[in-house]
Amino acid sequence: MSAWSITEPSNRTKWVAGTLVILYALITLIPLVWIFLTGFKTPPDSISYPPKVLFEPSLEGYVNLFTTRTRVTPDQLAALPPPANFAEEIVRNRDMVIAGPSKFGERFMNSVIIGFGSTFLSIFLGTLAAYAFSRFKIPLKDDLLFFILSTRMMPPIAVAIPIFLMYRALGLSDTHLGMILLYTAVNISLAVWLLKGFIDEIPREYEEAALIDGYTRFQAFYKVVLPQAATGIASTAIFCLIFAWNEYAFAVLLTSGTAQTAPPFIPTIIGVGGLDWPAVAAGATIFLLPVMIFTILLRKHLLRGITFGAVRK
Amino acid sequence: MAKIVIRNLRKEFGDFVAVQDSSFTIEDGEFFMLLGPSGCGKTTTLRMIAGLELPTSGEIYIDDEEVSQKPASQRDIAFVFQMFALYPHMNVRRNISYPLVSQGMPKAQVKAKVAEVARILGIEDILDRPVGGLAGGDRQRVALGRAIVRDPKAFMMDEPLGALDAEFRERMAEELRALHDRMNATTVYVTHDQLEAMQMGDKIVVMNHGVVEQFGTPQDIYDHPATMFVADFIGSPSMNFLEFGGRAPGGAETVTLGDVAIGVPALREEAGGDMALGVRPEHVSLSDAAPYRGRVEAVEYLGTTQIITLSTPHGTVRARTPSTLAAKTGDLTGLAFRTETLSLFDKASGRALRTAANEGVHHG
Repeated sequence: MSAWSITEPSNRTKWVAGTLVILYALITLIPLVWIFLTGFKTPPDSISYPPKVLFEPSLEGYVNLFTTRTRVTPDQLAALPPPANFAEEIVRNRDMVIAGPSKFGERFMNSVIIGFGSTFLSIFLGTLAAYAFSRFKIPLKDDLLFFILSTRMMPPIAVAIPIFLMYRALGLSDTHLGMILLYTAVNISLAVWLLKGFIDEIPREYEEAALIDGYTRFQAFYKVVLPQAATGIASTAIFCLIFAWNEYAFAVLLTSGTAQTAPPFIPTIIGVGGLDWPAVAAGATIFLLPVMIFTILLRKHLLRGITFGAVRK
Repeated sequence: MAKIVIRNLRKEFGDFVAVQDSSFTIEDGEFFMLLGPSGCGKTTTLRMIAGLELPTSGEIYIDDEEVSQKPASQRDIAFVFQMFALYPHMNVRRNISYPLVSQGMPKAQVKAKVAEVARILGIEDILDRPVGGLAGGDRQRVALGRAIVRDPKAFMMDEPLGALDAEFRERMAEELRALHDRMNATTVYVTHDQLEAMQMGDKIVVMNHGVVEQFGTPQDIYDHPATMFVADFIGSPSMNFLEFGGRAPGGAETVTLGDVAIGVPALREEAGGDMALGVRPEHVSLSDAAPYRGRVEAVEYLGTTQIITLSTPHGTVRARTPSTLAAKTGDLTGLAFRTETLSLFDKASGRALRTAANEGVHHG
């Protein structure tokens, strides 16, 4: 019998805890797995009842996502030269031909530009503001911080109509800049508050040492404080990106063409040629990837980031 | 290296006055101690000299140049923080070379300089280690290395031994003093530990409530405290105060406690009202012949010496005597004091009265 410890969990406890965590992870993953699988089904398979777990994979969803297609008569189809690639072959099996690329790529790029752009801007402004709030004597500091926080006290969509009118007047409707500014405005309060917490935790002595060592305040900030705040910046960036990336309501309201992001675009696929669930699922899968990759890249920071404050150094 | 002159320095934080009109001079090459209880303004004073706080008023001269409103980066001063403040994202070598990089020194020269400093401090083998895993003593050495590497005009040290455990503390205190003697660098050192101050310092400033109480050599401060606060703060056990009232003309060589006349160094000013006679425990001896009487209340054995606590009509007296002296609780005995070591204080102001003994001792 090994020594019993009150701080170190026993093997059995670890085993039970591990099983529970894995089980929970599997349950939460089911919808994602279902979306992923649906992306590789054919349209009939995707709506078959009972649902098919085992099926013959097909790229039809992805082809449909990236193309627009036209229906042709069997005579016309027979008159065509043999299909040039697998995509054309899939489409022709449905008595259709590829008419051109869809707008998904464009919309996806809009999401990338607006999502990452607003994340960058939120973090850039948020870090500077948080540093100032953390380190300097600012008149009415507490009131200002509360004011910044108060912008989050109602759902952003509550001000949708004023913003809509304002954007129309300013010519910001359906522009990348307009969407970046809007998402930044929503995210900045979260960024300032989260980052202030992280920067508060960095001892001032580090900067003071740098000041003494002959660096200016700004050099001390970016050479000493920023590397220390990397964890906080990374986790804040993930939160900001997830919001900007997934935002739907404003995107529907304010964008329709040039600056439309992927979330309002993906459902419009449904309207083209019936309920094309595999194409929707394929779009959702691709849409998930950037946030997933971004999160995986920053995950070692994220873990410490979301538990910050709970564990003191 | 540099001489530092502090003149009428004052710092207010809102309504709170952290430092009041402090003035003192730190000579070139001196190991200078800022001593006082926590909250007395010693760290604020140090930070003002370094440029991390700007004074509300007053002047700071480093080598005759008035720097009180200059940023820290322009004062050419090194600072050793209590928590060391080593840059956690850099290894030892980069930490030490960081001040040189800011000056734009060529790489080869930086490398040579860091190697030299590492040799002086005996940390050559840890140069490429991250600072995170270092032991307390090594962190301290790295912090010192970062300070000495660029030959600054002066070193500021804010309780640099405070974060070390007792065993290391003693060793580092010796290393620090040896390093100072070798480099002959003007050093300003903040501590609340009076033993550390006496042991290492060439000169000491004792501060309390933002006021400089006394400024002088460890001996002067110990033997001739300028105020009752200093007398009480320095020394362990601290100075005894026998409180009495009366008058004594200038030139008097005795004071009267109850009906016993006690010899004191000749007074250089007239004294009257409530006073206190200050006597160090080691200057009290027990002798049945002495007319001033007390009763033994407790005896603490300390090896070679013992501390005897006595009650007298004018307050409790602690005497340090050889442990061979037999004393029992409850004994009645006479107390004799060494005349030339006694101090007299005016109770109302806490100020030491001028006598033949403390003449010429600098009052802060």
